[in-house]
Amino acid sequence: MTDKYTQFVSHGIGKDLAKKLGLPQPAVLRRYKAGEPLVPGPVLVLGSGNGRTAGSDELAAALVGWGLDVRRSALPKEKLGAIILVLDAVEHPEELAGPVLTAAPSLRDLAPGARVVTISRTSASAANPAVAAGRQGVDGLLRSLAKELRAGATANGVLLGDGAGTTSPSTLGALRFFLSGRAAFVDGQFLTVTSGAGQLPADADKPLAGKVAVVTGAARGIGAAIARTLHRDGARLVVVDIPAAGDHLAAVANEVHGTALQLDITSEDAGKRIIDHAVERHGGLDIVIHNAGITRDKLLANMDEGRWNSVIGVNIASQLRINEALLGSDQLNKTPRIVSVASTSGIAGNRGQTNYAASKGGVIGMVRATAPLLAERGGSINAVAPGFIETDMTARIPFATREVARRLNSLQQGGLPGDVAEAIAFLASDAAAGITGEVLRVCGQNLVGA
Amino acid sequence: MPAAAHSASAPHESPVTQGTFRRAVVVGGNRIPFARTGGAYTKSSNQDMLTAALDGLIARFGLQEERIGEVAAGAVLKHSRDFNLTREAVLGSALSAETPAYDLQQACATGLETVLGLANKIKLGQIDSAIAGGVDSASDAPIAVSEGLREVLLDLNRAKSLPERLKVLSRLRPKDLAPDAPNTGEPRTGLSMGEHQALTTAQWKISREAQDEIAFNSHHNLAAAYERGFFDDLVTPYRGLSRDSNLRPDTSMEKLATLKPVFGKSLGAEATMTAGNSTPLTDGASTVLLGTEEWADARGLPKLAVVVDGEAAAVDFVHGKDGLLMAPAFAVPRLLARNGLSFEDIDFFEIHEAFAGTVLSTLAAWEDEEFGRTRLGLDGAFGKIDRAKLNVNGSSLAAGHPFAATGGRIVASLAKMLHDNGPVDGRPARGLISICAAGGQGVVAILEAYSAPEGR
Ligand SMILES: NC(=O)c1ccc[n+]([C@@H]2O[C@H](COP(=O)([O-])OP(=O)(O)OC[C@H]3O[C@@H](n4cnc5c(N)ncnc54)[C@H](O)[C@@H]3O)[C@@H](O)[C@H]2O)c1
Repeated sequence: MTDKYTQFVSHGIGKDLAKKLGLPQPAVLRRYKAGEPLVPGPVLVLGSGNGRTAGSDELAAALVGWGLDVRRSALPKEKLGAIILVLDAVEHPEELAGPVLTAAPSLRDLAPGARVVTISRTSASAANPAVAAGRQGVDGLLRSLAKELRAGATANGVLLGDGAGTTSPSTLGALRFFLSGRAAFVDGQFLTVTSGAGQLPADADKPLAGKVAVVTGAARGIGAAIARTLHRDGARLVVVDIPAAGDHLAAVANEVHGTALQLDITSEDAGKRIIDHAVERHGGLDIVIHNAGITRDKLLANMDEGRWNSVIGVNIASQLRINEALLGSDQLNKTPRIVSVASTSGIAGNRGQTNYAASKGGVIGMVRATAPLLAERGGSINAVAPGFIETDMTARIPFATREVARRLNSLQQGGLPGDVAEAIAFLASDAAAGITGEVLRVCGQNLVGA
Repeated sequence: MPAAAHSASAPHESPVTQGTFRRAVVVGGNRIPFARTGGAYTKSSNQDMLTAALDGLIARFGLQEERIGEVAAGAVLKHSRDFNLTREAVLGSALSAETPAYDLQQACATGLETVLGLANKIKLGQIDSAIAGGVDSASDAPIAVSEGLREVLLDLNRAKSLPERLKVLSRLRPKDLAPDAPNTGEPRTGLSMGEHQALTTAQWKISREAQDEIAFNSHHNLAAAYERGFFDDLVTPYRGLSRDSNLRPDTSMEKLATLKPVFGKSLGAEATMTAGNSTPLTDGASTVLLGTEEWADARGLPKLAVVVDGEAAAVDFVHGKDGLLMAPAFAVPRLLARNGLSFEDIDFFEIHEAFAGTVLSTLAAWEDEEFGRTRLGLDGAFGKIDRAKLNVNGSSLAAGHPFAATGGRIVASLAKMLHDNGPVDGRPARGLISICAAGGQGVVAILEAYSAPEGR
């Protein structure tokens, strides 16, 4: 469901009116549906230099293998589903001109919901200033381009660390995610692939087949959407929420054919109870999604101990304690994956949210530091930072503030719980094994925190 | 065996040899919080509540689309439209629509009797899994039309012509229009259950203070159990309630002492039964999941306890031989004797608190030499229980008592207590359930903590 305004300005009189008045005209986003094509048209793959590099050739071959209609140069007036700029060989800012200016005219020919994806190397690993400049230039380029695209088209980038190439499993996994409708509300963002670990799923529509996943805070909102998405992708589910939310939790459990665990995640033994439940009932545990979270907003000048402590307690302290139990357990299956829900508030800050932003900043720090600990057992941990998402939490924001907040991004609309869920499902899959310690924003390129 | 049917069966003649049957295991349970009548569930029907309790159970144990061997449940206050209440609830739940179900009714013993009946089917090998349950709404209770109006309506339906119809209608009198609301009165004595118990309470000389103490313990034990998280995997919230609405965690002996007697007022100064030490009318539903060991193992489900045995008894209260709610006083000695057990072998006593006076009268009878000799045919008193083992996580006085739902509440809670307790003196912990019921009946049962059989 898109919001009412977006529906109104997408058709008929609403569309004309919005045009005349210069009102924002958010597009109806292209979201994933099983069986639909990965992209809405042919894919143009451009390398640096003369447009053909080893990296771009290998990648183009892989895309042909997926059954995509791949172009190495644009045909005049042909509507494109995606443009992929393979910039891994760029060693100087001057080398960006070739591929970027070649792609430029094709931007007018993008189909609605099209994708632009860059593939480049991380600048942090470059010792040479010119190389670093070329690589970091991609960052500014991509984020600006994302703001220029219209009609639900988005631009995102894959960054390659030293251990990764253009056809590493997680490079292809991230690329596939960005191209698909699963990344509808991800815009102007990068995902870094640091290793060649992982594998693409045997069945692209069931990437989590055979996995056992736990989702906290699953009784409603984003958590319920995560449960539905992981179920759709083939996982078996344990859904967790506080006992007082048990009736809604039961409804979600019955919908996704999972088991309900009524549990306050702040309780001392929460980690053990989650592991025991998953192992006893489902024979193991592969994926944990830390989604449960609360807000208790107040200006810091008016903050009290209760508000501060409860937010820190639920949003980050509980995750630390549960992760400790997970890391100490020998009952997890191989390649465990953890995904934590952070917030753009924890990156850019928000007035009235010192406690919340501290907790969500904490999630990001925790994820970075936990990544090496999980790497030892072949696991990964990442965070997803949602921007404005249409849920009960944001429905409580006063109307005017809410209306402004949901338009303040490149897609001019709020995201849906399912959009966050899609990013989480990807990061929980083996295709994302080479991505760890990362924060992916699902915010439509929000002006705050972008 | 018509001959045997008349002879009193002594324990050693019993054909029951436990080992030859499969074991019926309590996997777990689910109930909705119990609500005082006219409260949170005023607008909920029996079917709504039973379906909610089932759906919570299904969610807890991942039984979506599962074909359960059989589901049995019932309600005491039942609308005629609910003739297939349990099956309708199953159809409205997340279970497979191919799950058969039947209704059962044995007044307040309904819930426990569904557990015993289904456990027997499991033991006999007829089914591998079952869900027992019960529900009652005193808020959404059926109201019958008066006998006069009912006769007129039936005749009207049979009348063929307009004049005939008018003639039938002319028989109606204003008094016929007053509805016949249900009450807990005994059809054969006209006395309410409370008035019956008031007589028994006085007969056994149970003090007001002793009754208030039972109520006090019930509230405090139940509140402590909620605080401890004991009910986190036994209760699923419903309609905004996440705890039993009758629960008063802060009640005190002083507060209970201020309440005026509501039953047995004709006894004058001896009237001891108040709204505090009697259960209020309540709405709610409960379910219990049962199965064989193999069925539970195949699904990775817990095995909390084993349903060992059960017994029903009835008393002749109509002629005043025994109090209306005293049947368990006879059922328990018979059940324990058949199983070669005494009170020392029981670690948890779950005696349903219809009224505090019921619990205390029953205990008094067991402790009474004369009762033991003359009524139970023993050498002396049957025995005295350790009060520290009585209703340790609260019972009906605090939780409330939606008639048919009480058995399921007790079985699921006791099974969890037994499991959590661990072995006692090297044997599995054992619990006794005693439930009195209208019509002078009582159903009692023994549960034992699950332990793997030898050699497994
Ligand atoms: N809605 C947004 O726009 C937005 C934006 C950024 C981040 N987030 C984050 O996304 C997550 C989900 O948010 P939502 O909008 O769905 O919120 P929500 O309030 O709708 O749902 C949160 C769920 O978490 C549960 N929960 C709270 N405390 C718990 C505890 N101690 N133990 C177990 N469960 C508990 C709640 O009962 C509830 O069901 C949160 O971490 C939130 O901070 C949301």
